[in-house]
Amino acid sequence: MLKTRLIGLVLVKDGIAVQSVGFSTYLPIGVPRIVVKYLDRWGVDEVVLLHIDGVAASTENVRTYSGQSQTPLSVGGGIRSVDDVKRIIHSGADKVVMNASLVSSPEVVTAAATLFGSQCIVASIDARRSGTDYEAYLDGGRRATGLSPSALALRAETLGAGEIFVTSIEHDGSRRGYDLDLVESVKEAVTIPVITAGGAGSAEHIRSAIARGVSAVAVGNMLHYTEHSVTLLKRQLVRAGADIRIDSYVSYQGTSFDLDGRLAKLSDENLEHLRFRYFPEEVI
Amino acid sequence: MAEITIVNYGMGNIGSVANAFRRLGATWDVASSPAQVRTARALVLPGVGAFRSAMRNIRELALAEALTDAVLTRRVPFLGICLGLQLIAEESSEGGPTQGLGWIPGEVRALEPAGELPVPHVGWNQVEFLGTAPLFNRIDQAAHFYFDHGYALRSGDSVVTATCDYGGRCVAAVQRDNIYAVQFHPEKSQRNGLRVLRNFLTIAASYATADNRVVC
Repeated sequence: MLKTRLIGLVLVKDGIAVQSVGFSTYLPIGVPRIVVKYLDRWGVDEVVLLHIDGVAASTENVRTYSGQSQTPLSVGGGIRSVDDVKRIIHSGADKVVMNASLVSSPEVVTAAATLFGSQCIVASIDARRSGTDYEAYLDGGRRATGLSPSALALRAETLGAGEIFVTSIEHDGSRRGYDLDLVESVKEAVTIPVITAGGAGSAEHIRSAIARGVSAVAVGNMLHYTEHSVTLLKRQLVRAGADIRIDSYVSYQGTSFDLDGRLAKLSDENLEHLRFRYFPEEVI
Repeated sequence: MAEITIVNYGMGNIGSVANAFRRLGATWDVASSPAQVRTARALVLPGVGAFRSAMRNIRELALAEALTDAVLTRRVPFLGICLGLQLIAEESSEGGPTQGLGWIPGEVRALEPAGELPVPHVGWNQVEFLGTAPLFNRIDQAAHFYFDHGYALRSGDSVVTATCDYGGRCVAAVQRDNIYAVQFHPEKSQRNGLRVLRNFLTIAASYATADNRVVC
């Protein structure tokens, strides 16, 4: 069975990985290369790395991001031309994420999809609630399109995109869960996989998105500041019955969690058992 | 001389494969001419893209004969990855009927999964190994690997060593003598993928020593 993917979202602004709140407040995290490396070692299913300052990633940037990681990597932000796409794919990314081009230069999206295949092109759509409906935005939430996210998603699919990455601007960094109505509206409009992003604050938020049938869930801020954050989150999801992959060497099998998602203390019996177990260093 | 020679025909993501071998501490070089292929000790054929343009590139670079000679006559260990698996089949329908290298029986056809599953098949899927194959040494049954393809090999059971389930049975790996090939991306499959590449390095090393013995 194909598993629902847990995507690690890395936002890069002026060369630094940041957390984002509401597309307006940014908190520094550190060097993007290190963030990607840890996500890889902790067993994330895919990495989406976005240059949110609108400056496309250079060859050197992408080489550094992909150099120490054996995880599928999508790179986006500031991609305007087919040459940008070529450069990013040839320097080690597996997919590119496109946003403004969907409206301002749709021919670039189609040309890139013809050249590298649809599986290489992810269309990113940022949306804000407007009245009872939603409106799609470009350029990091600054430019309104006048289109609904589902209409833009359908247009992206027609242009040749292979996946749709939907972010709720209001939910971004809020830790109150994904905007599932928004995701649902996009999912109904297209036949290609839909990824939900913006607002994950607990394993329960992610589980309910998976239950809605999204192909992948993107998690950003929640994965910072915690050792083994990806593995811990995946273990909680598996305990809650989600069908996802845990392959990392440290897998937290048999551990339980408290209501806030923190690791619960192991039982005395379990601790006693661990005293006599040998954990050799992993050799591949 | 490098342990591994990665074949560059202008289609593959050479960088990712090279990164993975680097992480394993292996030495590698990149070949894009027949002369470089002729001196290779072990060959890796990666690939992302369409079958037809890949075969055209291989023929334009005059690599087809050099590769066939190295693999079928000199019996150099060979690993095909993703499109690299499909290229060694007899023919493909992607972009119009195109002849492949024809080292293994079977043809490449568009995926037609049952139950409205999306094509291409993208993501982590579980792989079932049929019997024991040296390429999957120390890897658990039903381990996850990263797939990303819209076409797949259809072949008899004689060469298939692993399958996965995506709305029906899908070939995940084949082997015939010194020819190894996988449909998934070991260079993007974290620990299990690195194990596959480590196993291939071990296989390649065993061929190299056997070769030396003959020379001595």
